[in-house]
Amino acid sequence: MKQLVILSGKGGTGKTSVTAALAHLASESQYENRFIMADADVDAANLELVLKPRLLEEQDFRGGQVAVIDQDTCASCGDCVAVCRFDAINYTDRLYVIDPIACDGCAACVYQCPTESIAMHEQTVGKLYVSDSRYGPLYHANLFPGQENSGKLVTLVKQRARLQALDENRELVIVDGPPGIGCPVISATSGADLALIVTEPTVAGVHDMHRALQTVQHFGVRALVCINKADIYPAGSDEIESFCRDNGIQTVGKVPFDLTVVTAMVHGEPVTAFRPDAPASVAISIIWEQVLESLLEKVV
Amino acid sequence: MHIVVASGKGGTGKTTVATSLALIAAEQDNVRFMDCDVEAPNAGLFLNPDLDTRKEVGILIPQVDESACTYCGKCAEVCQFHAIAVIGKKTLVFPELCHGCGSCTLVCPDNAISEHLDVMGVLESGPAIHEIDFAQGVMNVGEPMAVPIIRELKKWKPVNTLAIEIRDAPPGASCSVVETIRGAGFVLLVTEPTPFGLHDLKQVAEITRELGLPAGVIVNRDGIGDNAVQEYCDESGIPILMRIPMERRIAEAIASGKLLLEAAPEYRQGFQNILETILVGVHA
Repeated sequence: MKQLVILSGKGGTGKTSVTAALAHLASESQYENRFIMADADVDAANLELVLKPRLLEEQDFRGGQVAVIDQDTCASCGDCVAVCRFDAINYTDRLYVIDPIACDGCAACVYQCPTESIAMHEQTVGKLYVSDSRYGPLYHANLFPGQENSGKLVTLVKQRARLQALDENRELVIVDGPPGIGCPVISATSGADLALIVTEPTVAGVHDMHRALQTVQHFGVRALVCINKADIYPAGSDEIESFCRDNGIQTVGKVPFDLTVVTAMVHGEPVTAFRPDAPASVAISIIWEQVLESLLEKVV
Repeated sequence: MHIVVASGKGGTGKTTVATSLALIAAEQDNVRFMDCDVEAPNAGLFLNPDLDTRKEVGILIPQVDESACTYCGKCAEVCQFHAIAVIGKKTLVFPELCHGCGSCTLVCPDNAISEHLDVMGVLESGPAIHEIDFAQGVMNVGEPMAVPIIRELKKWKPVNTLAIEIRDAPPGASCSVVETIRGAGFVLLVTEPTPFGLHDLKQVAEITRELGLPAGVIVNRDGIGDNAVQEYCDESGIPILMRIPMERRIAEAIASGKLLLEAAPEYRQGFQNILETILVGVHA
């Protein structure tokens, strides 16, 4: 079984639109009925908006704990405030109160409280969803706003997707990754065989592509690059291509700026399914061919 | 006055808005600008700061003095993150799991634990165009946690302490966004009128609501997509403060590293109005 992760560094370069289109194209390839999708962008989970899946199962995700002060026994000594490094304890209206959003869950205050008035409480911080879409099973999630994205929910989404893939002898997991380079990206990348970096030829896109590439290389994952909105700034596009050439990274395609992608999104369809002859669709089809080739390549 | 520019969805134009707002604010007051998107900091590409000050930042992690340690295991017992463990006659620290809370140091009965800085990134600062005091956090590649870097960045105080502070937030709606927003006086939400833009806007709007902060929306790439952002803002009572239409010349200029106000000076008035609305609204 292979894992393909779609990343970008910079947000909004088109990861999810490309992922949805790849899922559509995969469903018309040799991977038909043999792949699974996982949306690893759990605090901005958008793949479901395009795939319009049917929800089969939902499960609470219990995350880290937060400290809660028992006001009946609290002696108002303030020792907790002194040890908290996350500025999570406020003194208001003559009461010490812990801000659950700021609390890191370290429990340092619990052990320092002389009257044992602080206890840890487990929280539900998100939901895991298992769905069925027109292209196959989709694992996705919703991290509640403001919660810690430690990558644990991402890991759970991927684990569940992998298990089903193993059970059903499915050969590919397509992972729609989050932006950035931190913990959720690391979790999304872990175990991947191939990363497709979707970049755009803007100064910001190029800057962040470098950081995304460094991250996947740091974890030893092979990377391909595709350039979205390639004609917006041709000089930037050339810069990306020459950088990739110099560093032995394959550029697998250039998608022109095409508003059909947005129209397709509004209709809840991948652009390749919505209008297969649109310029973006044609370009993404070429990218899929290249990705497919890379996935099937025997790596020694 | 602290203004945060956030979005939920990435690539909607947070940095575009934050940098142009900074430019307008700099015409009337001292401005300090903080790029809190430490995983992918881009504002410096537009504000051209001279980053003359550099400081390594991270968290304090434990270091065990083996000669004083009695292997009692208290430290491992209190650590919520399994970042310290006692195995036989050895106390092991796992820096990548440590949150730097200091609980182990506090409970050690033998004073065998001291702490040292585990570097996760750098804080860079210096003067940018129009005398804007600029600072950014840059997380090291391979590091998992952005929040400690943002926390350090927020402590940065340039010479002009009385200033309009503008923070460029990371995308998403998780803890790093909350850390950026905490302590703000106003949150400017930049979105695009698409299903993705709306979905992620709702997530951040939920955070501003929970924190009880005033917020306003800027619709970028107006004209594409659908009307659902407008409907959502009407229903939830979040004012739409400005619309920036989808125009190829703007996209091209920003791609090449130009500021929005350089490419499209006709938005000056719009940004002046927004700044005034924010400053007046918050002091009212």
